[in-house]
Amino acid sequence: MSSASLSRNESRNFYILAALGVFVVFLGYLGMHQMEEHGHIVSGMNNQIVWGLPHVFAIFMIVAASGVLNVGSIGTVFGQAPYKIRTPLAAVIAVGLLSGGLAVLMLDLGRPDRIIVAATHFNPTSVFAWNIFLYSGFFGLAIVYLWTSMEKRMYVWSKPAGFAMFAWRVILTSGTGLIFAFLVVRQAYASALLPPMFIVLSFAWGMAVFLLVQAAMFAWNCKTIDPAILRRMKNLLGLFVISSLYLVAAYHMTNLYFAKQTGFELFILRDGGIYPQLFWGGYVILGSLVPLALLYLPGVGNKSVVAASALVIVGSFALLYVFIIGGQAYPLSIFPGHEVSSSFGDGAIGKYVPSLPELLLGSGGLAIAYLITLIGTRVLNTMPQDVTVVAAKNDA
Amino acid sequence: MSDIQHDTKTSIKMQPNLDRRDFLSKSSIGLAGLTIAPGLMLFDMAHGKAPGDEVSNKVRWGMLIDNNQCESGCNDCVTACNTENGLATPTKPTDAQWIRKVQLKDNLTHKVSSLPMMCQHCEHPPCVDVCPTQASFKRADGIVLVDKHICIGCRYCVMACPYQARSFVHEVLTDQKTEVPRGKGTVESCTLCVHRIDKGETTACAEACSKAGHNAILFGDLNDPESAISKRIRSVTSTQIRSDLGLNTGVRYEGI
Repeated sequence: MSSASLSRNESRNFYILAALGVFVVFLGYLGMHQMEEHGHIVSGMNNQIVWGLPHVFAIFMIVAASGVLNVGSIGTVFGQAPYKIRTPLAAVIAVGLLSGGLAVLMLDLGRPDRIIVAATHFNPTSVFAWNIFLYSGFFGLAIVYLWTSMEKRMYVWSKPAGFAMFAWRVILTSGTGLIFAFLVVRQAYASALLPPMFIVLSFAWGMAVFLLVQAAMFAWNCKTIDPAILRRMKNLLGLFVISSLYLVAAYHMTNLYFAKQTGFELFILRDGGIYPQLFWGGYVILGSLVPLALLYLPGVGNKSVVAASALVIVGSFALLYVFIIGGQAYPLSIFPGHEVSSSFGDGAIGKYVPSLPELLLGSGGLAIAYLITLIGTRVLNTMPQDVTVVAAKNDA
Repeated sequence: MSDIQHDTKTSIKMQPNLDRRDFLSKSSIGLAGLTIAPGLMLFDMAHGKAPGDEVSNKVRWGMLIDNNQCESGCNDCVTACNTENGLATPTKPTDAQWIRKVQLKDNLTHKVSSLPMMCQHCEHPPCVDVCPTQASFKRADGIVLVDKHICIGCRYCVMACPYQARSFVHEVLTDQKTEVPRGKGTVESCTLCVHRIDKGETTACAEACSKAGHNAILFGDLNDPESAISKRIRSVTSTQIRSDLGLNTGVRYEGI
């Protein structure tokens, strides 16, 4: 086949993939339109569970956006050449994920038409309000970071930009954890462990997303990743998955130790039906132990990196579902030492069944992230060129 | 004779039409009044009360709820609140409830009781702290409200409220009360019947409770040492729900 027809095929495939993304974004629009037109009555949310499936999608994307840039930070901040080459790709994915996450978060608002009010009426005591600045700063910095890592004249600024990006991301992910940590009355959330837990989770989820995108790009270009580099990245993913497990375990163990929290922990870990099932089956086994086996078992090598990464992402959705929805389903402790009941769900486990519009809205956000990554990687030269690194290493 | 007739005709011709002028000038004044009056009324309404009469922190509105007087089967306070504020009778978990009756059973003594639960109008309200747009706010007189014009419907305040006192409007509303603005996609809660308080009246729930003969809800100014509520708080043991949170609630309970 001639190179011209190869190029034609590639171009055609690109447009097919882009059309697929646009179609899912359109489905997301339909979901959003339903919620906008009829109100949140068409969602599964209610007055006990006010944050639902869209928040699971949005927080996954926002946390992973921060984590995916870890690849860039390891390169620019810690001077690891194979990672430095991957900075532009990481920055493009990060911008895509943050765009998708924020789109879902904004379109799920009761009044998305008033989003400008969030900028004109700023409340300095609200961590939500802080996040508006943290997110917009993240966009700006990520674009500067991308520029300094791609434009030769700007290379000198790459390190300071990398440092700024690193610091910003740590603050941003802490901010996401603090949204929950500041909810002092909710058994599920009021914990100082949440910001560091979110930071470590972001490392694992971001790395998993990066490895998937990288595998797709190399397959697209009919290239193979240098096995030594892939081994390093795979080991790092494993390390992040173990660290995440450790912090999630510490969070639940500390809660179990406090008598007032025991009821909540038993609900999430043992008695809560779908929530313990998702926690143990979805996050611990499928999202952590199986990927670790795929990454570290002798004889598996690099073959299962894609499967392991995909499972880490599946596990992340399971964990967030348990954390966000399970955390609200457990009733507030308004009258400690009393059995309570009312017409407003006091003392009862909140019921929640996700609806189609919510699923469509969340998927639409993922499709925005996918489209930005797809177009970004095509327009910009983000394909990691490992030859130079391998050659340099060989020379050394 | 003809001269006289001529003079009369001339004088009639020369005399201005006083009726027409009078009509035009009076109707102009009336029209101007009609045009300006609504504007003046709006101006007056926009500026609210007269200077010296505006909402001030010298007053702190609150309620003392006597759990011993609250009848278990009675729902009059809830019905009165719904009627006063134009809320439909709740049937779904998505329906708004500004006040609800909570049934309690003490785990140790097995004592069964019931009490009305609503926004506790905290001095340090968590909903106000977390609201990104300052839509949740506390008035100088201690009433915690939601500005329906700038609420973006993020529901962070619902997550932060320790009393589950806030509701999110999940669907389109009809038949609203003009003095109680509500809207789909925004958060709302008990306003302490602010529209009644500003007219010098008591809350709908307290009024209904008195009418039912229970007198379990005592409304008044917590800052006034001579008010009935202040005197009662000084003489009986009252509690704030989740007092461990240090929110200094405006709604207090006795008998729990």
